[in-house]
Amino acid sequence: MPRVGLFIPCYIDQFYPRVGLATLELLERQGLSVDFPPAQTCCGQPMANTGCTESAAPLAKKFVEIFSPYDYVVGPSGSCVAMVRHHYKDYFQGDPAYEAIKKKTFELCEFFVDVLGITSLPGNFPYQVGLHSSCHGQRELRLSSSSEVMSLPYNKARQLLAGMTGISFTQLERPDECCGFGGTFAVSEEAVSCMMGNDRLHDHLSHGTEVLTAGDMSCLMHLQGLLRRQKKPMHVMHVAEILAGYQPV
Amino acid sequence: MTSLAIVDHPKKAAAFVADIDRAHWHDQSLWYVRIKRDKQAASLPEWELLRETASQIKANVVANLADYLEQFANEATKLGAVVHWARDAAEHNAIVLNILQSRGAQKIVKSKSMLTEECHLNPYLERHGIEVIDTDLGERIVQLAKEPPSHIVLPCIHYKKEEIGELFHEHLGTDKGAKDPKYLAEAARQHLREKFCGADAGITGVNFAIAETGGFVVCTNEGNADLGVSLPKLHIACLGIEKLLPRAADLGVFLRLLARSATGQPITTYSSHFHGPLPGGELHIVLVDNGRTDIAANPDFRRSLNCIRCGACMNTCPIYRRSGGHSYEATVPGPIGSILAPARDSAKYATLPHACSLCGSCSDVCPVKIDIHQQLLTWRKEIAARKQLKWSKRLGMQLTGWVFQHPWLYSTLGKMARWTLPWMPRFMLYHGLNPWGKQRELPSAPPQSFRELYAQRQKQQANGGSVTPQPSPHSPPSVYSASSKVN
Repeated sequence: MPRVGLFIPCYIDQFYPRVGLATLELLERQGLSVDFPPAQTCCGQPMANTGCTESAAPLAKKFVEIFSPYDYVVGPSGSCVAMVRHHYKDYFQGDPAYEAIKKKTFELCEFFVDVLGITSLPGNFPYQVGLHSSCHGQRELRLSSSSEVMSLPYNKARQLLAGMTGISFTQLERPDECCGFGGTFAVSEEAVSCMMGNDRLHDHLSHGTEVLTAGDMSCLMHLQGLLRRQKKPMHVMHVAEILAGYQPV
Repeated sequence: MTSLAIVDHPKKAAAFVADIDRAHWHDQSLWYVRIKRDKQAASLPEWELLRETASQIKANVVANLADYLEQFANEATKLGAVVHWARDAAEHNAIVLNILQSRGAQKIVKSKSMLTEECHLNPYLERHGIEVIDTDLGERIVQLAKEPPSHIVLPCIHYKKEEIGELFHEHLGTDKGAKDPKYLAEAARQHLREKFCGADAGITGVNFAIAETGGFVVCTNEGNADLGVSLPKLHIACLGIEKLLPRAADLGVFLRLLARSATGQPITTYSSHFHGPLPGGELHIVLVDNGRTDIAANPDFRRSLNCIRCGACMNTCPIYRRSGGHSYEATVPGPIGSILAPARDSAKYATLPHACSLCGSCSDVCPVKIDIHQQLLTWRKEIAARKQLKWSKRLGMQLTGWVFQHPWLYSTLGKMARWTLPWMPRFMLYHGLNPWGKQRELPSAPPQSFRELYAQRQKQQANGGSVTPQPSPHSPPSVYSASSKVN
C-alpha cells in the first residue's frame, strides 16, 4: 500500500484544523496509509515570496528531509505545493532527493484526479457553490485552465465536486481573478488587497454563491476576514471539507 | 514626473483606492479591454502557437542582438537612412537635438514613443527652445495636463471625458462643460492639424525593425505617425535595440498578436512601413541601448526584452487596474514595468516587484510569453540580497523563518496565540499596527491545532476508540463536532 505523507500548511494546522482532518479522512477513505510527520512546520513560502531566500532555505531542506521516506506527499494547498514543486529548485540544484520530492508532491484534488484516477466523489451538498480559482493552483500547478490561455476549459476541483448530488455552481463575471491575498501582499498593499477581495466577494454575492470554496485556505482566510467584518451572509469552506462530506456551519 | 525619492507604491495605491468609485471605474475600463482581448485571442485557433512562435523569435533576437543590429544598420543605410547609435538616454537626446538644430527645426510633431518617454526627450528639447507636440490624442491630453502617460497604450485611461472637456476648454478653447467625445476629438483634430502643417520635423517610435530589410514598422490607430512624417521632410525614428525582428516574414506573427493583445482589435488601424527617406527628405534612425544590453546579459531578466509593449499585462493586472499607472512612477508601469524599472535603479523601485500578488495572470496573457510574475519574484530576491528590502519585512521574515525551524517553538507559540486570541479585547487586536485587521477580521482561533487533533486521533485509534475532535469553547462548537459531518 502506498504511504502518503500528509503535508498540512502551517496556517491550516494552527487555524483551520478541520481542513486538515477533511484531507486526512478523504485520503484514508481511499485505502491509503496516511501519516502526518509532526516535524513539519512551514514550506517557507512567505519568506521565499518576500525574497528572503536565506530564511526560506533551511525550511526547504527540512521539508525534503521529512517527506523523503513517503511514496507521495499530499497537501490541501495549491500555493504551498507550487512552492515545493516550482520554487525549491533555488535551494537544491539537481539534488536527487529534491528531484524525487518534486515528482511525488501533489495538491489534494490533483492527487485524486491525476494519481488516483478518481474523477468524482460521492456525497450530497445541496448548495450553490462559488469556486474561487486560487492563482497558484491555477496558473502554477495548472489545476484548472486560466481564462487568458486559449485552451479547452477544465477544473480538477470542480470536476470532483460536480459528482455530488444537489450541488450547483456560480457563474462569475470574472471567473479567475485574484482575490488579493498574495501572502505578505495582503499586509504591505492592504488597500489594494482589500479592494480586490471585496470585488471578488461582490461577484460571488451578486451571482448567488451560498458557499464559497477554494483549494487554498489562505485566499479564503482573506475573503472570510472581509465577509465577517461586513457581516455578509456567505459560508466559506475549503474544497476538502465539502468533498469529505462536511456541511456548512 | 519621476522624483529622486524612493517610489512608495503602497502609499500611492492606497491614495488611488481611497476614491473607490474612481478606482472601480478605472478597473472596469481596463477589464473591458481585457475582455475584448479575450474575444480576439479566442477567434484565432492558432493563438497559443503564435505566442510560442513569437517568444522563440524574440529569444533568438536577444541572443544574437549584435548581429541583427549590424545587419539592420547596414540594410537601413543602403535604403538611404542615417543610422545613429546611442549608449544611453543622454546620448539619444543629444543626437536628436543635434539633428534638429543643424537643420534649424523648431517645431516638432511626435507620435507615441515610450522610448522617448524613457529618455525624457520632451523636456530636454523644450529646454533647448524646441516645441514638441505629441500627436497621439491620449498623449496630447496628458501633455496638456503636464503629466506622464499612465498606461503605455492608453496614456490617458485615468481621465474621464468630463475632465478632458475641462482640459480642452482651458487649452484649446472648447465650450465649457463639453464632454461629447466626438466634439472633443474634432477639436483636438483641428488643433493637431495646425501643428502637423507647421512642423519642421516628425519624430516617431518604432514597433518593429526588420534586420533583413532595414525597414521598420510604426503602428498607430490615428494615422498620426504617417501625417507627422509625411508633411515635414525630416523624420527621426527612435528605436530601442530590442525591437528588432530577423525577417520580414516574422512580422505577421507580431502584427497579429500586438493589436489583439493591446486593445482587442484584429489589427492596428495603421501599420506603416518605412524603407528609407521620403523623396528629397531625410530619415534618421537612432538606435538606443540605455541599459538593454545589461538586461540581455542577465539570464534572469533577459526575457523581459521580448516585450512588444502591448500593455496586456497592465489590463489584466488586478493591482494595476486598482492602483492606476501613476502609482508606479515609472515610464512603463504595471507588471512588465516592475521588471524594467528596478533594472534601472533597484533601490528607487524596490516596492514595485512587491506591488503584485503573484497571481500570474500577466504571464498567461503575455503574447510573447514572458514569465513576468516569475521575474518579479526573482527581483524580490535580488532586492533582498541587495539589502534594499524594507527592514521591517526583512526582520519579520528572519524571525518567522527562525520560529519555523523549531517545531516545538512553532507549536508552543501557535498554542499561545490560539489560547489568547479569543480573550483579547478588540482594541488590542485591531489597531494601527495591524494592517490585516483594518478591514478584515482575523481567523477565529480553534482550541486545538491539527497536529494536536491528529495526535489525539492516533491515540484513540490505538485504543480502538472513535475519532471525535473536541469542540471549541471559543468558536462555534459544531465546527469540530461529529454531527457537522454527513458521513
